[in-house]
Amino acid sequence: MLRDITLGQYFPGDSVIHRMDPAVKILASVVYMVAVFLCRNIWSFAFILAASVFSTAVSKIPFRAVLKSMKPLVIILLITTFINVFFYEGETVLVSWHFIHITLEGILNALLIAVRIICLLIGTSVILTYTTSPIDITDGIERLLKPLAMLGVDVHIFAMMMAIALRFIPTLIEETDRIISAQKARGADFDSGNLVSRAKALIPVLIPLFAAALRHALDLATAMECRCYHGGEGRTKMNERKPKAGDFVLLGAFVIIGACVIIINKYAPGFNTGSVTGA
Amino acid sequence: MADFITLKDLWFSYDPENVKDRENYILKGISLGIEEGSFVCVLGHNGSGKSTLAKIMNLVCTPTSGSVTVDGRTITEEPDEDTVFEIRGKVGMVFQNPDNQLVTTIVEDDVAFGPENLGVPSEEIRKRVDAALATVGMTEYAKHSTSMLSGGQKQRVAIAGVLAMQPRCIIFDESTAMLDPQGRRAVMDTIEKLHSEKGMTIIHITHNMDEAVNADRVIVVNDGRIFLDGTPSEVFSQEKKLREAGLGVLQVTELFGMLTRELGMKLPGGITDNRKGAEILSSALKNGKN
Repeated sequence: MLRDITLGQYFPGDSVIHRMDPAVKILASVVYMVAVFLCRNIWSFAFILAASVFSTAVSKIPFRAVLKSMKPLVIILLITTFINVFFYEGETVLVSWHFIHITLEGILNALLIAVRIICLLIGTSVILTYTTSPIDITDGIERLLKPLAMLGVDVHIFAMMMAIALRFIPTLIEETDRIISAQKARGADFDSGNLVSRAKALIPVLIPLFAAALRHALDLATAMECRCYHGGEGRTKMNERKPKAGDFVLLGAFVIIGACVIIINKYAPGFNTGSVTGA
Repeated sequence: MADFITLKDLWFSYDPENVKDRENYILKGISLGIEEGSFVCVLGHNGSGKSTLAKIMNLVCTPTSGSVTVDGRTITEEPDEDTVFEIRGKVGMVFQNPDNQLVTTIVEDDVAFGPENLGVPSEEIRKRVDAALATVGMTEYAKHSTSMLSGGQKQRVAIAGVLAMQPRCIIFDESTAMLDPQGRRAVMDTIEKLHSEKGMTIIHITHNMDEAVNADRVIVVNDGRIFLDGTPSEVFSQEKKLREAGLGVLQVTELFGMLTRELGMKLPGGITDNRKGAEILSSALKNGKN
């Protein structure tokens, strides 16, 4: 059951987006997220939805995989839709029964916010997490944060910690599975009782897990030292990346998408989202 | 050939300030020379000090007293960082748990980790990584995620990671202990290949006697001291001493011992090779029939 959690699931491939410089990709996804939040009316939402579907097609990630990744979002979508439909103060009343008022604006608003959440997920996963290996993401972050080194922040250590954390997620998940099985074999019961007793039942899993994590860390530190690790100083990289002209063209494309959203907001007529759940 | 690693009257304790009695040290006055290009197997039961001995040889632990000489460079007390890294670049180490020595998520990135630390130029790293993966037979997995590999494959990636640093000696610290028979075979084949084809000095620490049969030299460590030292047949024929050191005896040696003692068969002692044993037995059986 623990294995189903996909963290930063990466689909290897060779599309234009895959080949982009990870640091530029991080910037592009930030630009994209800003663009999504700037959307205010139906036309700009339609535009950003089209843009994210188009990027998915370009990345050659199967649409099915993208749709599957939205499963955990269903509950969030249902809640925001529910709140918007029932509590949005609109003018065109469709149903009015006792305290329930459903307005056309409320439904529209719910729809647009759902589209916004979906677009955020599609965009960021397609631009970044699905098309970039975790190690490339940390490499990108390291290079983006490099200016901080002037303030005395050790950016390399930070990136190394992230890389190791990512590396150990599958190992610790396996370890957790093993400890759960071992405790079950000793008669531990994880599936009955109320919330408090279930939470308590997890203590015998967490403590050995912490102990194991420390053991892993100690062993890994020794192994790293044996391979002459001594921080970022004097270190070279096998794949030294430098952003190419093409990367900036793609980043430019995302900036243009953002600009288009602003223009459409301003000049296209139509319903504007208001706030109840302003997300 | 000359010794690549020399230990002289080496004493070691993790906590020398509190362990007053030198008899309680982990290593007690070990003197030892490892010849360049040899395949040495170190045997010993758990807690005998064999892993600590390995850690001394590439300076994960520094000697409490006595000296270590690696490739002509002698270390007696706390060495400076440059010396430590120079020696670790020459003496690589592969550990027991395959999960705890891979640093990154992608196979080839992990192999590149060592040379990256040494500051090797990018193109050179690329060449070394490809060559190292080819040597251990993992080229087709270069872009795979390390978490999807089997134990034996992970261990071969770890070996490639050490190879990419181009050491002259590799220490295997019980590197086969956590593997299934298949993975163990693959790793042993790789180790033997490094020795015979690349002429590397191999120090293989294990408690599996079968893995020591093909070594040039077997050293048995017991209670922090060198207990037995010689060729495999010299060491494995000493049944009584091996048991004293908390180790077993090779199956073929044990079988010959039993046949001699219990059936009164006249067989030569000290047989350590399965094939040779089979030949002797078959000829003895034929003679018995006639």
